[in-house]
Amino acid sequence: MRSILRKELADHFNSTRFLILYCLVVCVSLLITNTVSLNIRSAMASGAKDPHLFLLLFTTSGHFFSLAQFVAFFGPLIGLIMGFDAINREKNEGTMSLLLSQPVHRDAIINGKFLAGLIVIAVMMTSLVLLISGFGMLVVGVIPTPDQVARLLLYVVLSILYLGFWLGLAILFSILLRSIGTSALAGIAFWIVVSFFVSFGSTLVANAVAPVEHRGDVEQIQRHARIAAAVSRTSPVHLYTEASDVIMDPYKKTTKSFLMMGPLEKISLARFDSPLDVPQSLLVVAPYLVTILALTSLCFAASYWIFMRQEIRSI
Amino acid sequence: MQAETVIETEGLTKRYGSKTAVDGLSLRVSRGEIFGFLGPNGAGKTTTILMLLGLTEPTAGRIDVLGFNPTRQPLQVKRLVACLPENVGYYRDLTGRQNLRYVARLNGLDDREGDSRIEEALRRVGLVEAADKRAGTYSRGMRQRLGLAELLIRRPRMMILDEPTLGLDPQGIVAILDLIRSLSAEEKVSVLLCSHQLQHVQAICDRVGIMNQGRLVAQGTLQELAGSGVEAADGKRMGLEEIYLRYFQEA
Repeated sequence: MRSILRKELADHFNSTRFLILYCLVVCVSLLITNTVSLNIRSAMASGAKDPHLFLLLFTTSGHFFSLAQFVAFFGPLIGLIMGFDAINREKNEGTMSLLLSQPVHRDAIINGKFLAGLIVIAVMMTSLVLLISGFGMLVVGVIPTPDQVARLLLYVVLSILYLGFWLGLAILFSILLRSIGTSALAGIAFWIVVSFFVSFGSTLVANAVAPVEHRGDVEQIQRHARIAAAVSRTSPVHLYTEASDVIMDPYKKTTKSFLMMGPLEKISLARFDSPLDVPQSLLVVAPYLVTILALTSLCFAASYWIFMRQEIRSI
Repeated sequence: MQAETVIETEGLTKRYGSKTAVDGLSLRVSRGEIFGFLGPNGAGKTTTILMLLGLTEPTAGRIDVLGFNPTRQPLQVKRLVACLPENVGYYRDLTGRQNLRYVARLNGLDDREGDSRIEEALRRVGLVEAADKRAGTYSRGMRQRLGLAELLIRRPRMMILDEPTLGLDPQGIVAILDLIRSLSAEEKVSVLLCSHQLQHVQAICDRVGIMNQGRLVAQGTLQELAGSGVEAADGKRMGLEEIYLRYFQEA
């Protein structure tokens, strides 16, 4: 297992694929800090004071994307790229028979591959956040408080889990589908469905199940919103976006949308307009974290199960 | 003198759905013996090898490889038995030497021990000059040599070779057959050799088994096989090719 992990890591770090992705990561971080820090500076000049200025680096969208949005949308591609040919390339090139005739457990192969991918993702994600922090400190001149550092750490962990889900999915496709091209396409198709169609679909479903007939009917509006939110939460992209919002924005008290709150809640929200501390934010996102972790484990478990049962005939 | 048995199967059967790939196979290979495993395509040879290595589970029957049950203890079996599959591939972006180093690590050898075994193996299969080229640039014959080098660094007690001479040049074939023979004679390595190159099998095998449609239709030394059944017409000793074809003309 350790030698497989070592070899897979070496493969990843030597590959052109990794180089390209990493260049992309650096470019994106530069671009984001550049546009965002300009916004922040002009906001500071106009006298706005926000104790959580540093976190704005990650959540404000300039002309482009904010980092959180970027990772939610394009992060899945990183996970897919790291894993879409993990197993079927070895099968097609005959190296799977080489591996299987060595005295290694079969699960060591898949564990090693998944872990290596996860480590690469962790390296990328961490350096992305560190790069933006570094540039941000240089350009804006604010230094993060321990509380903000904790939030960033939490955010990195969440992102690694999220990308790990996509990696697991990609590996699953690479086990199920024999052709490398097909498994790449299957991964991308899934990505498009969950990131674009689910949000349309959620409104459609909500319209069908709980149509809003009178504009003033709060009950109806609430029901509609609740159903739409429930449907869109089937998408990991949506889960991740909501969770990262809460982590990175201390003013976000709840992941419920405004529509779903009663009037009383709204009043209380306005009255106690103070930031949540880290443990409380963590409390709010715990279910999201657990769900993403569960999805990741589910993907990995399915891959594991199928791979252990597959007979490799190419021997 | 009763030789030590390394492989013993009894009534070994493998079914895929309604198709029986291997049907009641009883096979015996002794220590230091070179056993030729013959049969037409689809006779069940590959399935038998998969079962011997514990890569697929037999439907019925008993297997014993060097005292281990491959289904229950695949790791112990694979530590002692090295297999060169027919369509084995190597990592194209790594050099021959790096491929071998990976195998050495997978076998739990430390780098120092591994490197010295790799040098020795490369020398024995005649791949020293090409060792630092990428495996993707290798010809079929060079890949075959790399495969044999891979087996050598594992120092197995038993080797399973599937068409080891395919794609080799004539000198290469002679060298490989010599290598196999010396391993068997000097280091008492048993060899299960699957091949359609009957003259190579005849040249080095002590005993042969012939499979057809999942059954072992004959097993024994060349003399035994030649002696059983029809006498050769002109009284000459029959070659393996004639013996082999005899089993399929009847069918």
